[in-house]
Amino acid sequence: MRIKKPITYCLGVESTAHEFSCGIASSTGEILANVGRTYLPKEGGIHPREASQFFSTVAGNVLNGAFKEAKVKPSHIGVVAFSQGPGLGPCLRTGATMARALAIHLEVPLVGVNHCVAHIEIGKHVTGVKDPLTLYVSGGNTIVAAYEAGKYRVFGETLDIAVGNCLDVFARAANLPYPGGPIVEKLAKKGRNLIQLPYIVKGMDLSFSGLLTAAIRSLNEGYKIEDICFSIQEYAFSMLTEVTERALAHTEKKEVLLTGGVAANKRLQEMLKSIADEHNAEFFVVPAKYAGDNGAMIAWTGLLAFRHSRTLPVEKSFVRQRWRLDATSVPWVEGGLT
Amino acid sequence: MLIKKGAEANLFLEDWHDRKVILKRRLSKGYRNPQLDINIRRFRTIHESQLLHDAKLAGVSTPTIFMIDLAETTIIMQFIDGVQVKQILNNLPREDRILLCQNIGKTIGRLHKYGIIHGDLTTSNMVLTPNKKVYFIDFGLGEHSNAVEARGVDLHLMRRAFQSTHYKYVKECFEAVTRGYSKEIGEREAEEVFKRIREIERRGRYIAER
Repeated sequence: MRIKKPITYCLGVESTAHEFSCGIASSTGEILANVGRTYLPKEGGIHPREASQFFSTVAGNVLNGAFKEAKVKPSHIGVVAFSQGPGLGPCLRTGATMARALAIHLEVPLVGVNHCVAHIEIGKHVTGVKDPLTLYVSGGNTIVAAYEAGKYRVFGETLDIAVGNCLDVFARAANLPYPGGPIVEKLAKKGRNLIQLPYIVKGMDLSFSGLLTAAIRSLNEGYKIEDICFSIQEYAFSMLTEVTERALAHTEKKEVLLTGGVAANKRLQEMLKSIADEHNAEFFVVPAKYAGDNGAMIAWTGLLAFRHSRTLPVEKSFVRQRWRLDATSVPWVEGGLT
Repeated sequence: MLIKKGAEANLFLEDWHDRKVILKRRLSKGYRNPQLDINIRRFRTIHESQLLHDAKLAGVSTPTIFMIDLAETTIIMQFIDGVQVKQILNNLPREDRILLCQNIGKTIGRLHKYGIIHGDLTTSNMVLTPNKKVYFIDFGLGEHSNAVEARGVDLHLMRRAFQSTHYKYVKECFEAVTRGYSKEIGEREAEEVFKRIREIERRGRYIAER
């Protein structure tokens, strides 16, 4: 008689920045739920304390929504995962508090997940890629990474602000409605004239702060907003594509994965596909619903970590605001899981 | 004959007036806006040639430039027969590895002393010849600068290259590089640069010690 292996359900809690989200993944590889709410600042960027207060008001509903969507009862949950870092302290702590309480209440193990690893893992899981060179671009991160000997190694990253941050802050300075990225993309389609901006690539690292300053300055110099949006995208994405290509030539990986919130941008996708083709690598992009921060990616990565016994005692589950991608061991990658 | 398809240029090994030469051609990138594309290619072709030449004047081994064809954004230069440091570094005996890194550090120090920033210090851009000379190649991202900041970023990139490609030997390699560097440029100036490296790394995202 064959014994049926029981299915494990993992609840994942994401709360690193402005998105509070819960996801549920099953050990059969299914993503059963992904429910989230976004904090919208009245003005300016994310205010960490206000964001975390917003999170605590919506947490209950988001959690119930996830159980409803997954058609899974809380008592079926076998492990609770949370985004342990990197991110904004108050935001991280709100998610962590909920995750700890749930783990204790349900009497199940707790797993701390690295947010950046989760973006890569969900991308791999839903697109089916095995060993990609990953470009991870979002409001908080800009990283070119690939797996090697137990860890995702960082080949290039921003030396200052993230590319998504550059686009967001520019959009705010130009009084464009929220969210900035898609609006800039839309306006850029109508831009024709390239304005000269700084193009800063240092090896495989990049810098976007000078580009941002110059773009904001050009707002006051009477250039058309469409042309500025067009130029900022052309410069920023060419820089990203160049370093990705350099890393691709260096690592000779056969797959390229684009993930993170900015991955939704069609122009960036088009550029990256072009270099992947040129190096005979296959190009993959994470679907829009898993591109931005989401609980599903935490649930899925939590499951991978759980299967490798990476559980965390509650009393040691401090958040890690500056937890680097390349400081995280990912024992499941070589194990050929999934 | 195409020998290397790089990220921004293709390298061809050709016979040219009875010499073996490398033809480095910066190709138009389909993904880039045409105007941005030509600006970048021209700028880098000019700067790379200048920097390769200036580095040689400073006493650093670099390929000799024979011709520049700006219309084709192509540089024709001496072919250096050797192996990339990237390919051998991990397999060298410890002492040889340290010696080589010290030598690399000295060379970087020499470049900086003469106001040259390489801009892309990786072990792929260093070629070891059979008579144990280290040639520096690929100055496409370089610049002329004496700024502590530029020097710091240059060395920071070197460490990053060790971290991603020679992660088992980061410490010993980079320490050897800094020793050689100090010797060449002088301890006081070197210390200033090392201080700046720590600052640059703290500026980066998610560094534990901040």
